[in-house]
Amino acid sequence: MYTLSSKIKLTAIIFMIVGAIGLIYGFIAAPETVEDVKEMMASEHHGEGHADESTTNINVEQLPGNEVEVENIEGYESEVAEGEHGEAHGAEASHEDEHYEHVLHQLQNKPWAALYVAAFFFFMISLGVLAFYAIQYAAQAGWSPVLFRVMEAITAYLLPGGLIVFVILALSGLHLNHLFIWMDPEVVAHDEIIQNKTAYLNVPFFLIRAAIYLGGWVLFRHLLRKNSIKMDDATDNSIFKKNFKLAAGFLVFFIVTESMMSWDWIMSLDPHWFSTLFGWFVFASLFVSGITTIALMTIYLKSRGYLEFVNDSHIHDLAKFMFGISIFWTYLWFSQFMLIWYSNIPEEVVYFITRMEDYPILFWGMIVTNFIFPVLLLMNSDYKRVNWFVVMTGIVILTGHYLNVYVLVMPATVGESWFIGIPEISGVLLFGGLFLFVVFNSLTKAPLLVKGNPFIKESKHYHY
Amino acid sequence: MASKVLHAIYRDDDLLMQAVKQIREARYHIGEIYCPFPVHGLDKAMGLAPTRLAITSFLYGLVGLSVAIAMMNFIMIEDWPQDIGGKPSFSFLQNMPAFVPIMFELTVFFAAHLMVITFYMRSKLWPFKKAENPDVRTTDDVFLMEVDVAGHNVDDLTNFLYETGASEIKLIDNK
Repeated sequence: MYTLSSKIKLTAIIFMIVGAIGLIYGFIAAPETVEDVKEMMASEHHGEGHADESTTNINVEQLPGNEVEVENIEGYESEVAEGEHGEAHGAEASHEDEHYEHVLHQLQNKPWAALYVAAFFFFMISLGVLAFYAIQYAAQAGWSPVLFRVMEAITAYLLPGGLIVFVILALSGLHLNHLFIWMDPEVVAHDEIIQNKTAYLNVPFFLIRAAIYLGGWVLFRHLLRKNSIKMDDATDNSIFKKNFKLAAGFLVFFIVTESMMSWDWIMSLDPHWFSTLFGWFVFASLFVSGITTIALMTIYLKSRGYLEFVNDSHIHDLAKFMFGISIFWTYLWFSQFMLIWYSNIPEEVVYFITRMEDYPILFWGMIVTNFIFPVLLLMNSDYKRVNWFVVMTGIVILTGHYLNVYVLVMPATVGESWFIGIPEISGVLLFGGLFLFVVFNSLTKAPLLVKGNPFIKESKHYHY
Repeated sequence: MASKVLHAIYRDDDLLMQAVKQIREARYHIGEIYCPFPVHGLDKAMGLAPTRLAITSFLYGLVGLSVAIAMMNFIMIEDWPQDIGGKPSFSFLQNMPAFVPIMFELTVFFAAHLMVITFYMRSKLWPFKKAENPDVRTTDDVFLMEVDVAGHNVDDLTNFLYETGASEIKLIDNK
């Protein structure tokens, strides 16, 4: 049996408290009125305050900070101003207000989006682990049963994590934030594209669907775990067979609901855009994050002497999966990007243009963290057995996939006003702490080695 | 080298593995082992050095990647930067997504084919090569081990090999 070390408990609680405080700060610091935004921007763009006063329609915060270029633009301003001074005066003042309102919405979305990204990220880890766990059952894998209890513990976060995501979605449905613009009736009233999608994108149906996905996943997880505990005292293979069938059923349910979940929870943030391989893309991200988390947990527990039946070959296999699925993620990322880049159809390509222009470091940096780094470090067979190599790569992969979710969500919610600051880091701390607490608490509930699994002996002697 | 070797024949791969361990413990020198199929762990038991084929493959892959990049950079960007369907041929990076499929395939192509050729060369395999098979049965169902006599007493060695489970032993004058 595993006993929860007080250190982990304390760390988790500190993470949660610090994260919660940071998020509360994020919500308080978010501007409430257009005037707040103007003040904030004036203090950020000092030295350009004079541009504020001019009535031309150049966006203040797009001006480069460089003095020389500001002068050039000023020249342009006066030229433009001469031509359209008369009629444009009133219209442009209101246009500027519109611009500030736009920024206001983005800044108000920031703490919400930070909360949502972190909540979804940790939730998707446990969902990815559940999918991996079900695949191990359905494939009757002989190497992995010694890791089942670790996987089961990680999936324990599915219920609390799923509930949190659901609550955030429900709060969006109650118009407490502007994460999903199609939930705003005013936006929909002026948007024919969204109007044509309201049969699918409407709040009640959206929440019902979310409840079905979450309910199904949590139910399957509950049954698989219950049977796994029961199997410890089993005398025959009947429970294993039951779990085998459950796992196969779950995988069918999962692949349909996961795909729809990715349309609902992520793709609908950009309701004007669609991509057909999006579900797979999100799946690859959650799958590789889940496997990485299993590897990190296993290495940690083994280093504490709790998993003496886990050997190098198990770590090697997990590292192989991290390596392979990282490439799979890149394949899907590139396929989606390249098809849209190549055909360059305006209604599709805006999605990537906003990301490439406003998030260049994150957008391209993801290739390094999620592809080049793991490929180079985990290609060597010997390195896959070196624990600190796997841990280092694992941390980079997890960071990379957090950024992946970030780049999926943020451009649609906060646009160019993004920053990885207090609310974002606090979100990760809050849910990271909760995740640690739930997962390690769940580890104490059952012995760390399953019994009664027909493959357990093979798994203990697994050697690659 | 007019040395002498003993050809010991084993009928079972478990027996063979055990024999290899015993012979190595007794510090006799195993020359070559002929098997009808790969015996898992035999190379380790014999103490053979691990293969470096994977390393060569990685390097060949890098060569393939460089060839692809150099080729397309020269053809598409430097030599004749035409406007083809509005693709930005001003610099390699700007048009890179379109080159990635070729870069990938050439990497795999070089890595795979050059590694296979390396394998053939290192294991001295080619068409019309004369088969080096001391006993035809080794391609079907028996395992043959060559043990160098090299100064040992032939009778002692023969007895020792019988004890390890060899079913036939022949003394061969080597070349």
